[in-house]
Amino acid sequence: MDAKQGKNFDLSSVFLPFLSIIVALAFGGLLVLIQGIQPLQAYRVLFATAFGSFDGIALTLAKATPLILSGLAVAICFRAGLFNIGAQGQLISGALASAWAGYTFVGLPTLVHIPLALIYGAFFGAIVALVAGALKAYRGVHEVITTIMLNSIVIALADYLTSTPFKEPDQPLTRTPKIQESAQMPDFLGLPLGFFLAIGLSVTLWWMMRKTTTGFSIETIGRNKNAGWYAGISVKKTVIISMLIGGAVAGIAGAVETLSITGRFEPAFNAGLGFDGITVALLGRANPLGVIPAAILIGGMRASASTVQFEAGVAPELVDLLLAMILFFVTAPLLAKFFKSRKENVAMTSGWSN
Amino acid sequence: MKLRSIHYLPLAFVVTFAYFYRQDGLVATSVLYTAIQFALPLALAAMVGIMCERTGIVNIGIEGTMLISAFTAFFAGAILQNTGRGMIVGVLTGVIMGLLLAVMAITWKMDQIIAGVILNILAAGVTSFYYRQNYSIPSTLDPIDLPVVGAWPILGPVLSFHGPITYFGVLIVFTLWFALYKTSWGLRSRAVGEHPSSADTAGVSVTRLRYLNVTIAGAVGGLAGSYLALEAVGIFERGFTAGKGFTALAIMIFGRWNPLGAFAAALFFGLTQALTNQLMIAEVVEIPFQFVTMLPYILTILILAISAGKVRPPAAEGIPYEKEKS
Amino acid sequence: MKTLLEIEGVSKIFGSVIANEDISLSIKEGEILALLGENGAGKSTLVKAVFGLVKPDSGSIKIDGEVMESGDTAAAIAQGVGMVHQHFQLVPVMSVTENLILGDEPKKFGVVSMKRARSEVLKLSKHFSLEVNPDAKIEDLPVGMAQRVEILKALRREVKLLILDEPTAVLTPQETDELLEVLRKLAKRGVGILFITHKLREVMAVADRIAVLRGGRLVGTTTPKDSDESKLAQMMVGRDVVLSVAKSPAKPEQVLLAVKNLRVNDDRKIEAVKDLSLEVRSGEILGVAGVEGNGQRELVEAICSMRSRLSGEVFVKGKSVPNMNPRAAHLSGVSHIPEDREKHGLVNSYSIADNLVLNRFNEVPFSRGWIRDLEKVAQNGSELVDRFDIRATSASVSAASLSGGNKQKVVVARELSQQLDVVVASQPTRGVDVGSIEFIHKQLIAARDSGSAVLLVSAELDEILSLADRIAVISDGKIVATFSSAEADRNTIGRLMAGLSA
Repeated sequence: MDAKQGKNFDLSSVFLPFLSIIVALAFGGLLVLIQGIQPLQAYRVLFATAFGSFDGIALTLAKATPLILSGLAVAICFRAGLFNIGAQGQLISGALASAWAGYTFVGLPTLVHIPLALIYGAFFGAIVALVAGALKAYRGVHEVITTIMLNSIVIALADYLTSTPFKEPDQPLTRTPKIQESAQMPDFLGLPLGFFLAIGLSVTLWWMMRKTTTGFSIETIGRNKNAGWYAGISVKKTVIISMLIGGAVAGIAGAVETLSITGRFEPAFNAGLGFDGITVALLGRANPLGVIPAAILIGGMRASASTVQFEAGVAPELVDLLLAMILFFVTAPLLAKFFKSRKENVAMTSGWSN
Repeated sequence: MKLRSIHYLPLAFVVTFAYFYRQDGLVATSVLYTAIQFALPLALAAMVGIMCERTGIVNIGIEGTMLISAFTAFFAGAILQNTGRGMIVGVLTGVIMGLLLAVMAITWKMDQIIAGVILNILAAGVTSFYYRQNYSIPSTLDPIDLPVVGAWPILGPVLSFHGPITYFGVLIVFTLWFALYKTSWGLRSRAVGEHPSSADTAGVSVTRLRYLNVTIAGAVGGLAGSYLALEAVGIFERGFTAGKGFTALAIMIFGRWNPLGAFAAALFFGLTQALTNQLMIAEVVEIPFQFVTMLPYILTILILAISAGKVRPPAAEGIPYEKEKS
Repeated sequence: MKTLLEIEGVSKIFGSVIANEDISLSIKEGEILALLGENGAGKSTLVKAVFGLVKPDSGSIKIDGEVMESGDTAAAIAQGVGMVHQHFQLVPVMSVTENLILGDEPKKFGVVSMKRARSEVLKLSKHFSLEVNPDAKIEDLPVGMAQRVEILKALRREVKLLILDEPTAVLTPQETDELLEVLRKLAKRGVGILFITHKLREVMAVADRIAVLRGGRLVGTTTPKDSDESKLAQMMVGRDVVLSVAKSPAKPEQVLLAVKNLRVNDDRKIEAVKDLSLEVRSGEILGVAGVEGNGQRELVEAICSMRSRLSGEVFVKGKSVPNMNPRAAHLSGVSHIPEDREKHGLVNSYSIADNLVLNRFNEVPFSRGWIRDLEKVAQNGSELVDRFDIRATSASVSAASLSGGNKQKVVVARELSQQLDVVVASQPTRGVDVGSIEFIHKQLIAARDSGSAVLLVSAELDEILSLADRIAVISDGKIVATFSSAEADRNTIGRLMAGLSA
């Protein structure tokens, strides 16, 4: 991560992710080749579909929207030295909560209903993250395990709620009723409104990290917790604040999906959005602005996966494979070593209880 | 000994069992039999964690190791139509995953948590991309009827008729315990995990020992994955390790990085799950199945919250060893 | 006499720092060679090269005439090199026996025979008359005893050449004398000894020959007969050094810092500060002298509210400082130069400017409400970089790029520029070059003269003797005696530090 984010811009923060994408695509290509499929053909279809037309770009940005947000949720926690693998659970919690708010409240004006549903999503996303944050702050339990466990708990709980109390009556499917029309997020300039919301949140959080005391506290405990404690920053409070911000942003990601794409909650929706957030955050170098291009790239890959299957005969899970490769190469220092000595990194590993 | 709860586990085990045995002997023994089946992959995965962490490497990629090994074990078994060979492929896959972690964590000195997460995502990506339907293995690994033990009353049906990986797994647990505390390999491993430079200055190669242990641990992880695919269920599904690799870390901590302690904790976990399943099937209590699914996850968090601060992990855990320092 | 060790033209570069440059040295059987030099002179690097912990970039090292394979500890051990490290190379949670056999365990069919190991340890300790309890855990041992284990660990492997890296840093004067006696005995048995220190008195007392390093180069060899302390100091630093610090007599006024009946636990939850009381007045420096690990760290952290107090209170200007709240301690007027600057004092990846406001980033003028004023931060940064002589191209470079001395100056600048009522300085010159030491000492005296109450905690008795106006001796968590600087006597303080009566 940059020595001082934003201040002295260095080329490697752009070049390195770019290089790792290229190398990952090359390796991914080899793996595709094993299946007897021309990788270049598959890639051509992939990128042409995602970025080659206005409709394609619109779909790409729609797919990128929740990824920007879940990437932000992971990135902000990274800054505090926390590895929030729980964006998935927080996102599902937010998606379900906003769906509930979307169908329960009747007769609200759109200008009230949408923000209300978003707040519900943010709040319930934050609640899930709070559990992990509080356990980390007060019991020293490593957030990686708690957030993963919470993912599974939230998924099971959401499944229960959608199949019993929140179930849409008189039909067999496990799903909530459709949200009211007043809660549906409209498009803006042909793009989903949520996309602009995500960009706005990225810029806001980037500004917060750079210019505010909260941002400085988060950054400080991420880089040297002990020095932060010495300097009078409450480590516990800052851990919890970071997790709450991360959880709320992930919750908004789920809410935006519900309110503008899916229109209701089903347990099968939103699969993998939170996990892609990890790749987005690492590819964007944990920078709140860096997650935007990272999310657009991955959004594009997700958007065109089914076309690739149709036209090039590659299973859509190709994207999963490519993302894993990208993640590997962007974090492994072997590429970085070619042109740059390593800098101090935010350390995530701190034993299981401290 | 501060953490007392672990010592009550055997007692709780016996009391619960006695109660149920009085109610229905057949069901009680079958619950115990299932408990062992639930416990075994967790115990093996916990051994992976112990072997790595005792030498100072945090391995959060156990889940991915198990997943991808289960995958290769199953498909190798299906394509070769030979379950035993499938198992060998599974174990070798584990070795590769162990080596990968070792390269990232030891040679590249990457953050070990990130390295582990990469293993998990890599495993998820590879297994979902290459997954194919309509494959099947010829049969699960044949269970073994233990000679003398099988005839014992009560315990016979509990302990006998498990598959070969189960018995081998239990052997691994006890061997690891012995090796860790009684052999020079164990002494050196523990020293490397606690204070690597003192091992280094005594002529023990920190890098070599860490590589060795992480790789062997990978093989054990591969065995755990093979167990799931070839012995326990005989199928493979995407993401079907279902968080066992993470639960195993909680079990390792609860067992205080001691193989026997972790084994006991795994049995406790298995028992809780077997009991809950039985209660649900018998409709003794009406719990939505989703809550049963949640149980191990909640237990994991609870255990960590309780034991955090009371246990002392190996001191050098997660810190890359830097030999040259001025 | 046979030549044991021959170092020829050894050089080693770390990044941009030349640690060793073309060094040649030799040691004969039964000879004690003292390697003298200030911090950063390259002593540790050189001995680590001999022990195979560091691989030299060029040059050769011969032991007993055989060329040593560089960068291989196991080979060095096999060739008869033993090393007593500055930071003990012992596993804290293991027993004395386990530590002593590590790497060369007595085995039976691959299984460690603890019985044989234990009797071996007893035999070894008897042979060298260094008594240890084979079953004790290292973490429960006092420092002097742990060092004994460290020495035995080296002696166990048929040592021809014994290297000791700053072995007296953690010892009381009496323990130091005992150690020097052990070294003389070993030399008589024919062991060659390479002894690193920066303490001139010890060198004069024990060495047969003295080699002085400065800036990575060997500046000369001499013997105690042909030299004296001031000559050695001059060789070490490269210019005349004033061994004493110039200062006017103290003018103590009202009590600014008062510690009453303080009790504090250490990290192992064992009581480390035991019902301790002290007072520091405006315009004076109170020096706390003591062997490390006698509760100094816990005392300092409790005063600064970084560590929970079991009981007792800390008053600044008569007002009680709340427990476990470093921010509140800062606001009530406590400046803190922490013992471990890397752990607590600095965020290495931050700029110097950000480090200079680390504990004030949320105060006016560096922030207004929620928004930080980065211009003011930068301005403050360049001002302090000039005023405190921090050698850096600008205040916007990262702290990681600075040398130890300049890092410490950043911490000192941050703390002393605030002109608070109380200054708590813990080991303020540890690991710092002589130039920076002088500068930091002057700054502490300046803080005293401007009316602050200064509490100075240091393991270097010389530092305390030259700076403090009053000296409190701490032993086993208690202040056992207090002297004015005029009545202070090195011997008496040494005995008190060791827990003996004066």
